[in-house]
Amino acid sequence: MRNTLTLFRREFWSYFATPLAFVFIVIFLLLAGALAFYLGGFYERGQADLAPFFNYHPWLYLFLIPALSMRLWAEERKSGTIELLMTLPVTLWQAVIGKYLAAWAFAGVALVLTFPIWITVNYLGDPDNGAILAAYIGSFLMAGGFLAIGSCISAATRNQVIAFIFTVVLCFGFLLSGFPMVLGLFDGWAPRAIVDAVASLSFLTHFASISKGVIDVRDLLYFGILIGVWLLATAIVLEMKKAD
Amino acid sequence: MIEIKHLTKRYGELLAVDDISFDVAPGQVLGFLGPNGAGKSTTMKMITGFLSPTAGSVRVCGHDLESAPLAAKSCMGYLPEGAPSYPEMTVRSFLEFIADIRGLSADVRKRRLDDVIGRLALSSVLEQVIETLSKGFKRRVGLAQALLHDPQVLILDEPTDGLDPNQKHEVRSLINDMSRDKIIVISTHILEEVDAVCNRAIIIASGRILADDTPKNLAARAPSGRLDDVFRTITTAATPRAIPAAEGAAHA
Repeated sequence: MRNTLTLFRREFWSYFATPLAFVFIVIFLLLAGALAFYLGGFYERGQADLAPFFNYHPWLYLFLIPALSMRLWAEERKSGTIELLMTLPVTLWQAVIGKYLAAWAFAGVALVLTFPIWITVNYLGDPDNGAILAAYIGSFLMAGGFLAIGSCISAATRNQVIAFIFTVVLCFGFLLSGFPMVLGLFDGWAPRAIVDAVASLSFLTHFASISKGVIDVRDLLYFGILIGVWLLATAIVLEMKKAD
Repeated sequence: MIEIKHLTKRYGELLAVDDISFDVAPGQVLGFLGPNGAGKSTTMKMITGFLSPTAGSVRVCGHDLESAPLAAKSCMGYLPEGAPSYPEMTVRSFLEFIADIRGLSADVRKRRLDDVIGRLALSSVLEQVIETLSKGFKRRVGLAQALLHDPQVLILDEPTDGLDPNQKHEVRSLINDMSRDKIIVISTHILEEVDAVCNRAIIIASGRILADDTPKNLAARAPSGRLDDVFRTITTAATPRAIPAAEGAAHA
């Protein structure tokens, strides 16, 4: 626990030691705002909720989160610090979890900094703040899911660009499986259970249901299991090809 | 005490380390010599628990690396090849991170930090980002990191690589100062270094131990009395050049 915390602190502050933190947060805030106002029609809808804001989060994360996760392990590999880290008295799990949580906390900071839009909507109208909180939680969980996938891909390579591209592709798959277009392919002929199974794999399905303001145990479980499985895969990949 | 028994590492077809066994006792400074690709670094990576051996075992301070890796790693300090460290951190925050991970208590931590910063003359660059340091300073930061918890066992992979002659001299006298009660294993291909700091030398090539003796006895094996000549004779005999081998195949 103490070691995980030490690793977490080092990793978390290292984001702020480079321009990465600043660039990531500024781009995230600009895009999140622009998408909500221009594409989402935040004003034109005339409704006091943040749906136009949260609706674009999956697509925003699709490109921004892999940029955050790509360095997690690929950089340790490239600079050789993985050898330093793995010969310190820490377990593989402490390292995997410490680093992952740091990236997740950083994504959380970026998300929290979108609070002006929450203030705006409260100023303009009388929104359901419970639903907004739920949507924030859903968005944070989704970021965690993307990051766990990215952590595993990053562990498999020493090249950050490759890690970025593969993470985007894989996350795109996880998003798309809930998209009406993809589900439509199955809808006509496949049994209901298969369509549901494909849909239930998707970030979109679970994020949509949480962001309606209903925090269902099944959705929490989905993200919990997803993150757990991908972190386990991270540890396995690292153990298998530590020295490559 | 380091006890290595039948240590073997295989990468697919390639046998990087081939069934080597040796012990190192406190007070010994062991120089690990061999041509590039001989298996020096692979052996050190297995001693420090970064790589798992294909076969055989390593015990450090009585702890088996396989069954008690954390206890074994706790009593070791390791400078990996190239002295990697986190480039975006300052020297101070990097050393403090290592102190925290090593679990040094508050008073010990302060004392040890002051000690390694003094010994390696790092006080002028403490607030500097590691990325911006010269090669010599980076190497010293790597050494400081390895010495920080005052370990019983020190494993240093090419500790003087890339240093200028003065810095080499400083690192060697540092090693000499510490050698009395510790176990120090260094790998190098600078033979004068072995003369300067080691009281035991192992020559390794193609993953096998070819010689294990004091540097003085080893040097005496050559008519010239020079370690270079012994090294060349031993390692070239063990790794036949490609051309004679190909000729042999043609004749057969």
